[in-house]
Amino acid sequence: MKRLALFGGIYNNYLALEAAIRDATRRKADELYCLGDLGAFGPYPNRVYPILCEHGVRCIQGNYDNSLAGGLADCQCGYTDPRDNHFARISYNYTFKNTSKENKEWLGTLPETIRLSVEGRRVLLCHGSPRRMNEFLWESTSPDAFLEYLLDDSKADIACVTHSGIKWHRELSGGRHFINVGVLGRPENDGTTNVWYTLLAIDGAEVKVEFVPVDYDYEKLATEMEAERLPAEFIETITTGWWTTCLEVLPHKERARGRF
Amino acid sequence: MKFPEVTLTHLDNLWFQVSGTLCNIACTHCFNNSGPNVRTFEFLGLETIRSEIESAARAGVKEIFFTGGEPFLQPGLPEMLSLSLEHAPTTVLTNGMLVNDRIADRLAEIEQGTKYSLEIRVSLDGYTEEMNDAIRGKGVFRSALAAVARLSQRGMLPLVTIVRTWTDEEELRTLAGFSTTLRDAGYARPRIKVLPALPLGRELARAATPEADTLLSEEMLMGFDRELLMCSNSRIVTDRGVWVCPLLVEKADARLGSTLDDSRAAYALGHNACVTCYHYGTICGNVSSLIEGPQRQAEEATLP
Repeated sequence: MKRLALFGGIYNNYLALEAAIRDATRRKADELYCLGDLGAFGPYPNRVYPILCEHGVRCIQGNYDNSLAGGLADCQCGYTDPRDNHFARISYNYTFKNTSKENKEWLGTLPETIRLSVEGRRVLLCHGSPRRMNEFLWESTSPDAFLEYLLDDSKADIACVTHSGIKWHRELSGGRHFINVGVLGRPENDGTTNVWYTLLAIDGAEVKVEFVPVDYDYEKLATEMEAERLPAEFIETITTGWWTTCLEVLPHKERARGRF
Repeated sequence: MKFPEVTLTHLDNLWFQVSGTLCNIACTHCFNNSGPNVRTFEFLGLETIRSEIESAARAGVKEIFFTGGEPFLQPGLPEMLSLSLEHAPTTVLTNGMLVNDRIADRLAEIEQGTKYSLEIRVSLDGYTEEMNDAIRGKGVFRSALAAVARLSQRGMLPLVTIVRTWTDEEELRTLAGFSTTLRDAGYARPRIKVLPALPLGRELARAATPEADTLLSEEMLMGFDRELLMCSNSRIVTDRGVWVCPLLVEKADARLGSTLDDSRAAYALGHNACVTCYHYGTICGNVSSLIEGPQRQAEEATLP
């Protein structure tokens, strides 16, 4: 039996990352992975890097990391709403300016995917989708047949993604699984302040997916975001659990569950 | 001249021209010339829709869209939406005029009974009665807003779809105007999608757009990600066969076959409208993949 702890986007939230690592260690996870988007949204971008390094968290590259490493003009989330773009730009510019050259270079060395063979199962870790780093896979717009196609096409039995910010899990044909591991960076638009990571336990033919809520010192994070003059809208999300920005990409069901 | 070709990478988006080109209004910018008694295309029946959805699901389709004309002219539409939602998230593009209380109840009921998202896209082209009805016809503004309010009252968040008929300088003021109008109509959390005007159909006569005289070349597509174009990921089923994309249904060369299964051929991008997709990406989806456009300049300006 092997237990993998899978962390989604960190978005500079080093406090949630520390809490998640503590929790995963306590639960005896064998290996720790981060599925990309280390930066965005939160304060002090350089703080997550030594934590990841110290605990041997293997990382893949998300669209944010790809943009930061390549010196691109934006985060590649593809927003068209001027308000979403306004806030996405603030978040990206802040993170770009405050991420060290060494850390940006390190982001450039990260792989886009990690493939593992765990107890004979082909596990694929990627950021957005197996075919595209910035494709959003939401529960309500990812039909079974499409997910089966993605697994066939990428030759995987278990695919794990993040990027969208809300966790979900679908069991598919032949004992295959598709998992969105959620994110550590911000709460998932449900009115609670905790964030989530995923424990994937594989024991022969048995696959167990557990979503783990992570409580962390969000008030400290909010204070630090204020000190860094990050937008009040971002801080509101951290302290209330409701998304206030970058809402345009949410499909109907996910949008209707939120407050804004 | 040889035009650049785009192959179908994967059928992500299946479209149905469900009410043909039959519509209860005749907008001045309509790209496929739909209107009352326009029978270029006729209604699709439930059995065609069923068999093509099943075929698309076998191929791993991601999303299904119903358009026209006005889809709610087809009385079987709610049943078709239910069927579609058994397989994939589904979107209907409507002018809202036929969304009465009974239809709104039915849509809310369908939405609550499915694990996939049902998107109702209601077209609106002005944030005042005068601005909208000059384009869409007399009385349409009030009907569309009433439909939006009905859906909103039932917990649905319709995606209000607007064709950009204003200048870049007017962008932010116009979007703020739409937002205010929708809130005033009782839609507290308006969702808005802006589409570029297309150099096709009645729009050609309405306005001279920059794309109207331009065609794509291989050089323009050098280094361009062709998977951003609808023709790489979409097909549209009509009562007269399957076309490469919803925009080109009036172009004979864009008919690729009689069913989805025989319509997978590559397509040569020989129309002015193809330039619009080159600039704006998969514009017909619910979230556009923006490549460039006036929003980029709007971002620089102060927001409302």
